Amino acid sequence: MKEIIVYGSGCKTCQNAKDLIRQVAQDLGVDVDVKEVTDTAEILAAGVMSTPGIAINGQIVHVGSIPERATIEGWLKG
Amino acid sequence: MLEIFTKLADWLVWGVFGLKPQSRFGEAVHFFIEDTAKIFTLLVIIVFAMGFLRAMIAPEKVRELVAGKSRFVSYPLAVMLGAVTPFCSCSSVPLFIGFLEAGIPLGVTMAFLIASPMINEVAVVLLAAILGWQVAALYVVAGMTVGIIGGLLIEALKLEKWVEEYVWQIRMGKVAMPEADTSWKGRFDFARREVREIVGRIWKYVLIGIAVGAFLHGYVPKAWLAEHASADNWLAVPLAALIGIPLYSSASGVIPVVESLLAKGVPVGTVLTLMMSVAAISLPEMIILRKVLKPQLIATFAGILFVAFIMVGYLFNGLFA
Repeated sequence: MKEIIVYGSGCKTCQNAKDLIRQVAQDLGVDVDVKEVTDTAEILAAGVMSTPGIAINGQIVHVGSIPERATIEGWLKG
Repeated sequence: MLEIFTKLADWLVWGVFGLKPQSRFGEAVHFFIEDTAKIFTLLVIIVFAMGFLRAMIAPEKVRELVAGKSRFVSYPLAVMLGAVTPFCSCSSVPLFIGFLEAGIPLGVTMAFLIASPMINEVAVVLLAAILGWQVAALYVVAGMTVGIIGGLLIEALKLEKWVEEYVWQIRMGKVAMPEADTSWKGRFDFARREVREIVGRIWKYVLIGIAVGAFLHGYVPKAWLAEHASADNWLAVPLAALIGIPLYSSASGVIPVVESLLAKGVPVGTVLTLMMSVAAISLPEMIILRKVLKPQLIATFAGILFVAFIMVGYLFNGLFA
């Protein structure tokens, strides 16, 4: 199972990013574990400055915006 | 080239709606229709073009470029890069900490945070298209000056003591940032997404700005503004700065108001002061920054901005009288 972390301060953009990832996973029938990290120190420790930052299995794959649906599908299938 | 929008509004407002030219309501509706069509068309084109060129740079890159530079380089660099660095206001806290953690001085960091929302590539090109490159250039110079003055004052006052203590403890992790897709298709997809994202975010501010501009255009007589907002009335500039500080609109949203005020003969310094103070840091963003700044620093910061806006307003009114 893929472990996905959304780094964000809890703002609307970050919430939307998280919801979209869950939605895409559900549509694809992929089992994922989506976590949210809102602690500023933890966000920075992960190397993220522009939120939302998205990590898959511990690797940052995206920062600063809501990713495209197609991009998310790529991560979940790959 | 932009006359096409005037003609469109002529046809629609005087022809189809049957409103009378010279009537207050007719003039206001005409301004609203013309500007809505014009600004949204330009916005889509400009945002798409900027996205396609990938004219923006990531805050992470700015941090890397500014860190370790002497102040003669870091201040101008921070405000210049601020103009092409888009970030959502909820990123300002991690950004602020990330900059300080890289050893970037507080003053330079604040200069970046001041300039970034005020000057952005889309608003500057839009301003140039509608009001000419001279006004756009003045606005860029004004915004950068405010950013640098604000940052230098914060540095001179040694306000590091008013940054929340925990901020200095945080250590930032290193990470390889994902590479941007620079193939034609990658650029095209990115540009399309930028249009949806940016226009989707700022359209309300633009529409409100156009409505305010239309009201000014139709209902506020030139003589009234000449009496109250001319360069002779020294209160006009502070008032413009004061009105804008708590208000927030994206810089592009203020442009129709600027257009209307300039056409009514309000001096350029006063108008630019209003545009800067509306586009710059607002109450909601100050509340977000409260997480890292003590109330004393936020209050000082607002005061410094207020003073800087006024100085630039008077300066420009004096230079272009």
